[in-house]
Amino acid sequence: MNLATFAVGAVQLALVVVGGPLLLGLMRRVRSRLEGRDGPPITQPWRDIAKLAHKQRTRPTESSWIFSAAPLVLVATAATVATLAPLIALTPPLAASTDFIAVIFVLLVGSVALALAALDTGTAFGGMGASRALTIGALVEPALLVAVLALSLPLHSTNLVAIVADGSRHASVLVGPSHLLALASFIVVILAESGRLPVDNPSTHLELTMIYEALILEYSGPDLALVTLGESMRLAIWLGLFVNLVAPAGVAANAGAAALVLGLVAVAAKVALVGTIVAVYEVTTAKLRLFRLPELLAGGFILALLGVVTGAVMR
Amino acid sequence: MSAVALLAGLGVLAALAAFAPRARRVQLVATILVAVEVVGAIVAIHVLVIDHPLAGHTTSLLPITGLHIDLTPLGALFTLTTAVVAFAATIHWVGYRRHAMSSVGASCAFALFVTSLLLVPAAGDIVTFLVLWEIMALTSLALVAHDHALRDEARQAAWWYGAMTQGGAALITLGLVVLGAHAKDPSFASIAASAHHLPGATRAAVFLALFIGFAAKAGLVPAHVWLPRAHAEAPAPASALLSGAMVNLGIYGIVLTRTLLGVGPTWWWLVAGFFGVISALYGSLYAATSTDLKRLLAYSTSDNMGLVVIGLAASGFFFAKHPAASSLALIASLVLVTAHALYKSTLFLGAGSVQYATHERNLDQLGGLARTMPVTSVAVVIGALSVAALPPLNGFSAEWLVVQSLVHGLAGADPVTTVATAVFVAALALTGGLTIVAFVKAVGIGFFGRARSEQAAHAREVPVSMRIGPGITATACVVFGVAPGLTLSAITRASATVAPNRSGMTATLAGFHLGALRGAVDPLALALGAVAATLVVAALRQSRGPAGAAKLRSFEPWGSGRVLTSARMQYTATSFAEPLQRVFDDVLAPQHDLDVSHAVESRYYIERVAYVSANDDVVERRLFRPVLALARWWGVRARGIANGSVHRYLAYGFVVLVLALVVVS
Repeated sequence: MNLATFAVGAVQLALVVVGGPLLLGLMRRVRSRLEGRDGPPITQPWRDIAKLAHKQRTRPTESSWIFSAAPLVLVATAATVATLAPLIALTPPLAASTDFIAVIFVLLVGSVALALAALDTGTAFGGMGASRALTIGALVEPALLVAVLALSLPLHSTNLVAIVADGSRHASVLVGPSHLLALASFIVVILAESGRLPVDNPSTHLELTMIYEALILEYSGPDLALVTLGESMRLAIWLGLFVNLVAPAGVAANAGAAALVLGLVAVAAKVALVGTIVAVYEVTTAKLRLFRLPELLAGGFILALLGVVTGAVMR
Repeated sequence: MSAVALLAGLGVLAALAAFAPRARRVQLVATILVAVEVVGAIVAIHVLVIDHPLAGHTTSLLPITGLHIDLTPLGALFTLTTAVVAFAATIHWVGYRRHAMSSVGASCAFALFVTSLLLVPAAGDIVTFLVLWEIMALTSLALVAHDHALRDEARQAAWWYGAMTQGGAALITLGLVVLGAHAKDPSFASIAASAHHLPGATRAAVFLALFIGFAAKAGLVPAHVWLPRAHAEAPAPASALLSGAMVNLGIYGIVLTRTLLGVGPTWWWLVAGFFGVISALYGSLYAATSTDLKRLLAYSTSDNMGLVVIGLAASGFFFAKHPAASSLALIASLVLVTAHALYKSTLFLGAGSVQYATHERNLDQLGGLARTMPVTSVAVVIGALSVAALPPLNGFSAEWLVVQSLVHGLAGADPVTTVATAVFVAALALTGGLTIVAFVKAVGIGFFGRARSEQAAHAREVPVSMRIGPGITATACVVFGVAPGLTLSAITRASATVAPNRSGMTATLAGFHLGALRGAVDPLALALGAVAATLVVAALRQSRGPAGAAKLRSFEPWGSGRVLTSARMQYTATSFAEPLQRVFDDVLAPQHDLDVSHAVESRYYIERVAYVSANDDVVERRLFRPVLALARWWGVRARGIANGSVHRYLAYGFVVLVLALVVVS
């Protein structure tokens, strides 16, 4: 544990905080252009956040402490993961104990806090959002953990830094069938976890179809700014982890300034590319009916399970 | 030995103190019980520190065989866990007595129940074990039947529990007697020394008998049916002990089986793992769809015991090929047992406090308790987040260890174990997700939001002793969650009673390091990071914007354009679980009944709509009900044979005697 690793953590945190809303803006921009609209500039989410931060804080009449605490927890857990995960360099702080499963569960704390806050509002929408979000969350879980199991096979370790480092050193790991199957399942997981199409439509406000928007319906002002920031940070983290597992090229192997700058640019470019692809995919697809989702998620689970079995057999 | 005698003596004294006058009865019994628990904890800690069994023998109390005490580090871990849970439950009971459990019988049964729970792991031979096991079963049965005069459900629960526990005890007795018959004396030490001389088929039969018997105590599916009934109907301090201490002894029994019989062939543990997976999935699914708070907790107990058995099974079948992962899995299961004891007793005591304050345990009638019962609700939230395995609470580090043992065990696995391991991980993951649904529902519907009934709206915080009880266990959940390393040396020593520790795992104050198996987790750092980030963000939120903007103003929530007036517009526990129930429709097979009555004048007018939805236990309905129906059918048929005529009965006796003589000759 030395100062350089904390510098890496600070740079990663800054990248995710600043870049998260920009990623959201980029994806909206791409969608609007494909839909034949000009769309807002990619800095629009930041402008919204700045505007909301200056407004009055509100809460529903009969809510309790969890309603105020949830946005803080959402942002804080995302910030913790952004600092510790191997996003721009292989030397984040506490690399030896940056476990993949721990990272997933820390992010889960944010989702649970938000779901509890939604139930705390005492409205039908809050309950609807919480119920749907958690049902999907529960069904995503098997695909996610079995995918992690498949990714852990070459090293027999779920240490996230070690997995990414192994990929960056041995290109053969990256094209192994179990790695590819696990990442395919990961795509499904990320679309579900970050509430993108075909699981949830992030731009809907139609009451009966929305999941995530219903969950945060009662937030306004600075709290809504935090929720938006937190969600965009989580999206950036998921995509950042994904690109580093698919193609770790450019991730800094040491904490030198030049390597860090290169790593930062590389990760930002890769995430922007994947974000654009997701946005293009979103334009071309429709939201799945809620009760058709288990089929999609089960598909993700089967892919991950095949990944484990092929990985174990081919060893 | 004298310390164990002191413990037993104090326990009997506590039971006798139950005959004191009503005004001081519970305080007196509780005071003596606290002494019993403290003695139990000290004895257990002593054994764990010196890392050597505490043995003794007396012939004065029980004729022929005498009582044989042999408290191993493994047993001491279970005694220590029980002592902590019982301490919290006893303190909670002092306040709870105004609600229930203040009679002579209940106080006496509670005292004996606590004492026997502390002593069962100290039993050193078959006879002592079975005697203490039966005292535990009978006293807990009396507590389950506590409300028998008030509610039919309590009588039903007592019947189910009695039948299941005695059936289990019969199998355990059978298995132990077979083992004892082949050993030179009935002590566990000599059984363990001689059991490998038994033929394979006998060992397998004994394993199955003991596994099923102990699994019934641990509440594994399909022998779980007593659990949601008994845990829900028992008064809160008793249900905290049932779920936080007694089911643990089922796990102790399974571990004991392994020490007596050795690890055995792989298929034993595949069978065990199969039932673990079924229990974990079934328990969590029913927990996610239950609306009764205590039934939900009971199903979650079944689910957690399933996870523990998955760990034990992994330890069994990794034993030959990957000893390090096998040790790790065993340690992980023991960590999970102790973690479960702490969070589940918090939750059951908290549910008891809710019942005390509102006379209600149906989530659909609760809500808003976070404002009226702040201390209780914080304890329950901590317990719920621990069950949901969220960092930095103790459930997280426990489940992380279980997953790690599976990840590492894959290294030396053959195809069968590979698939089994992947299935275990998937089961753990789905269980984890469903548990989160269950406990967000329990807390979000029960404690947050708006009150759904008069009782919930007028709830008042419970007396101070009922806040301290769950407060103790909730604090322990946080402390052992943030610093899981605190318990590791004790648990490693306990596991060494079963098999030498090969995991190479070490612990710092902050976290676990798996040594040669690569992996580490550091909940303290995660917690510190997240708390620091929370404080920074909170400070930023306060400082932004013009003066006064940071102040919270409250508004009516959005009601789609109309003013929201009714708390009935909120989601309920039923509606919250509806999507999940629909997804798992084939498994749960819920029963719906829609009855529409039309007005006499015209079918276009509807007079009344009745909708009944029942989500009863599908194993009970499909497996046990037909058996019971068959037994009833046979009983009715048999009435013709037994018509009350003495002559006829004498004739039956004569015929059976003749047949017996023919068979014997």
